[in-house]
Amino acid sequence: MNQYPLWKNLLILAVILFGLVLALPNLFPQDPAIEVKAESGEVSAATRAAIAAAMENAAVPVKAIEARENGRALIRFTKPSDQLRGQATLDRTLGEGFQHALTQSPDLPGWVEALGLQPMFLGLDLRGGIHVLIDVDMEAAVTQALERYTGDIRTLLRNDRIRYLTVGHEEGRIQVRFREEPLRDEAAKLIRREFRDLEITTGSQAGDYYVYGILPPAKQEEIKDFALQQNITTLRNRVNALGVAEPIIQRQGERRIIVQLPGAQDPARLKDLLGATATLEYRLVDTEHSVQDALDGRVPVGAALYYERNGQPILLKRRVIVTGDQITSAAAGFDQQSGSPMVSVSLDGQGARQMRRVTTENVGKPMAVVFIESRTLTRIVDGEPVKERVRSEEVISVANILEPFGRRFQTTGLDSSEEAHTLALLLRAGALAAPIEIVEERTIGPSLGQDNIDQGFRSVLIGLALVVIFMALYYRIFGLVADLVLVVNLVMIVAVLSLLQATLTMPGIAGIVLTVGMAVDANVLIFERIREEIRNGSTPQASIHAGYDKALSTIVDANVTTLIAAIVLFSFGTGPVKGFAVTLFIGILTSMFTAILGSRALINLIYGGRRVKRLAI
Amino acid sequence: MAHAQILKESNIDFLGQRRIAAMVSGGLMVICLLSILFRGFNFGLDFTGGTVIELGYEQPVEVTEITATLANEGIIDATVQYFGSNRDILIRIAPQEGEEASAKLSDRVFQLLSANAETAIELRRVEFVGPQVGEELREQGGLAVLFALIGILIYVALRFEWRFAVGAVAALMHDVLFTLGMFSIFYIPFDLTVLAAVLAVIGYSLNDTIVIFDRIRENFRKMRKGTVIEISNRSVNQTLSRTIITSGTTLLVLLALYFLGGEAIAGFSLALIIGVLVGTYSTIYIATAAAVWLGVSRTDLLPPEKEGKVVDNRP
Repeated sequence: MNQYPLWKNLLILAVILFGLVLALPNLFPQDPAIEVKAESGEVSAATRAAIAAAMENAAVPVKAIEARENGRALIRFTKPSDQLRGQATLDRTLGEGFQHALTQSPDLPGWVEALGLQPMFLGLDLRGGIHVLIDVDMEAAVTQALERYTGDIRTLLRNDRIRYLTVGHEEGRIQVRFREEPLRDEAAKLIRREFRDLEITTGSQAGDYYVYGILPPAKQEEIKDFALQQNITTLRNRVNALGVAEPIIQRQGERRIIVQLPGAQDPARLKDLLGATATLEYRLVDTEHSVQDALDGRVPVGAALYYERNGQPILLKRRVIVTGDQITSAAAGFDQQSGSPMVSVSLDGQGARQMRRVTTENVGKPMAVVFIESRTLTRIVDGEPVKERVRSEEVISVANILEPFGRRFQTTGLDSSEEAHTLALLLRAGALAAPIEIVEERTIGPSLGQDNIDQGFRSVLIGLALVVIFMALYYRIFGLVADLVLVVNLVMIVAVLSLLQATLTMPGIAGIVLTVGMAVDANVLIFERIREEIRNGSTPQASIHAGYDKALSTIVDANVTTLIAAIVLFSFGTGPVKGFAVTLFIGILTSMFTAILGSRALINLIYGGRRVKRLAI
Repeated sequence: MAHAQILKESNIDFLGQRRIAAMVSGGLMVICLLSILFRGFNFGLDFTGGTVIELGYEQPVEVTEITATLANEGIIDATVQYFGSNRDILIRIAPQEGEEASAKLSDRVFQLLSANAETAIELRRVEFVGPQVGEELREQGGLAVLFALIGILIYVALRFEWRFAVGAVAALMHDVLFTLGMFSIFYIPFDLTVLAAVLAVIGYSLNDTIVIFDRIRENFRKMRKGTVIEISNRSVNQTLSRTIITSGTTLLVLLALYFLGGEAIAGFSLALIIGVLVGTYSTIYIATAAAVWLGVSRTDLLPPEKEGKVVDNRP
């Protein structure tokens, strides 16, 4: 009686061994490291040698320089301070075409790595880093689309010489006003043909005739979805330019984007860069009209009033020659003549053609560069959050067109080389399709992360030790069995977390601690049952059998209900709550395995199949 | 048998005290509810929005100096306090209006204080939650508790019987209300991790309740004699030592977490400690009493066809 068949014992043993192997990578320490990435191709052996030489020159002790499978190079250090000095050395050594990022990498022996095993993925609260939650202003995306449509309709009507009074949009509806009905009907036909996305209706009001256009809900969704995807792409480009290893950029829900940068340490720079909308526009200066008139409120048709950075007013032509969207690449540098910071840009085909045509026609006339930035803020008005958009436009440089220019040229007038760098980066990364706002930020410094790990593991160990001592004293041999499976349970949790690469956070550690407390419950239930059976006069073997049998359904019921709570937590929770739910969920499943099957197997090995006079319980 | 035992076979008339228990619990619930309604919670940053900044100085600093520096720059709603030692500073800033409501505020504060400090300051932690996110989290939190309760109600009703389900949920609501009430009465900071703990309390307390219900069902099937009250009492007593041991081991671990786990999860552990204590009480006094009061009877729990034989308990 009370013997598991051999296959069952072997199966349990196999699962536990499998868990041990999976948990193994967590035993190796994490090295501070720097990852080097080539913008195109692989980091060659020659580059690695050059890095090694540079480190030696700078007297930075390096643990190892490795070639990674993904074509990148990894430089390992023994101390974080070496890592930072190493970063400074790389800044000087590596030229254009390389990016490098601080990271941590477990120093796994070759055979562990060959098995493709990974340690647990630590959350930002444990390893340090920056987490931001970004809200995409979807309404603005739709408004921008409406603006594009009104512009296109205006052009269409003008090209077809249909006279209209006004084109505009109000409360999500495009309105085109006409004086006469036949004109309106002709226009409606034309617009319907050209803009199939719009739902076109007609009407009249106060003697005027209108064509209305609205965006059907499906189209609006499409626009919003596109804006979100485009923003994710742009943010990814921007983050990659920052040089952070393993950045996470993902969509959350309908309108949010999560950006997580492990190990990053400059939240101010990150936030500026993520939220920045800086772009450029090139316009001709209106020299025919008086600036003073415009200042007095009489802005001439086809012109607009701008200010330079020093506050000087200037009149610019309304028509834009080239916008930031048409810039395909940009690099920061210094102007060779003046030595001031500049950005050199390259235009796409259409932009280059426009630029050539306009500059050819206007040689000798001044052209202005407008620097545009917009931000979204949330204000509380009467207790309700209200979004507000602020757009600033400044003229950063005005220069006479000396000769026609085309695809590549320079723009100066920037305040600092920092600003030039940021602008170049933003132009390269592409514009945001809709304004964004950072609605949540959690930054954890690296030392606090380490403190959290230390405190977390210490509390797990001490809690575990207390429970282990109690169980051994109270249930003796059976208690020791429960203790053993409890430790196996911890290993299994670590194994599953490593296998799934689920993120372990501080609340996640709390979840593990809680499972430790609750995992013994299954064994307590079983052992109390066995004691009861003994009291009722059953033989030791029969008591063991009945104890495990009768407790089973109770254990399953009790655990299923906790699983329900864990699932609800996971689906409703964000960030910290999710981390807790994940480990709770995993912990319940592994504890059922270890506490029911694992402990039974051990008890069977100890007591099964022989005559037992009394149980040490 | 010479084994260590916390309880000898007990035979306490728990259900006999159900009226006193109901009055005590009822009174407590009213107090908790009143406090939650009128006093409210000391909601943490997660729910109100705002900014928290934790800084590490190399030398001891004065809180008043930092407050003054911030006030000079118009940041007046800031609470500055020591966090662990007189070199560690925690600054809480309530949600601001307009420009200052953005995530940029923390950068400004850090720059300002760095410029005013003689040595470098370490930015240990920044948490910023925008006002709309705080509101969403409050809503989601309430929904999560509600859905957890509904899910459990359904599971217990399917697995046992509706009276047990109502009894279990009554005990759960009792525990949730009591835990929330303590946080309200003592005005303990209530953040997201506390909410997670409240949900864990639901899971834990239910765990306890299920164990007793399981035993009641088993005893109804096994014991031919005895009134509902007698059998219920018997079941509570039979599972009593298990209830106490499990609560005890869980509490051991939670106390380790509370005292050693650091500030970040102190609120979490406290909520669970309260929850485990009240959960143990409610399991014994509320859940069973509610089921009995609703008129649960032997026939409700007998397996429909296979009479006499103790069947496997799976549905």
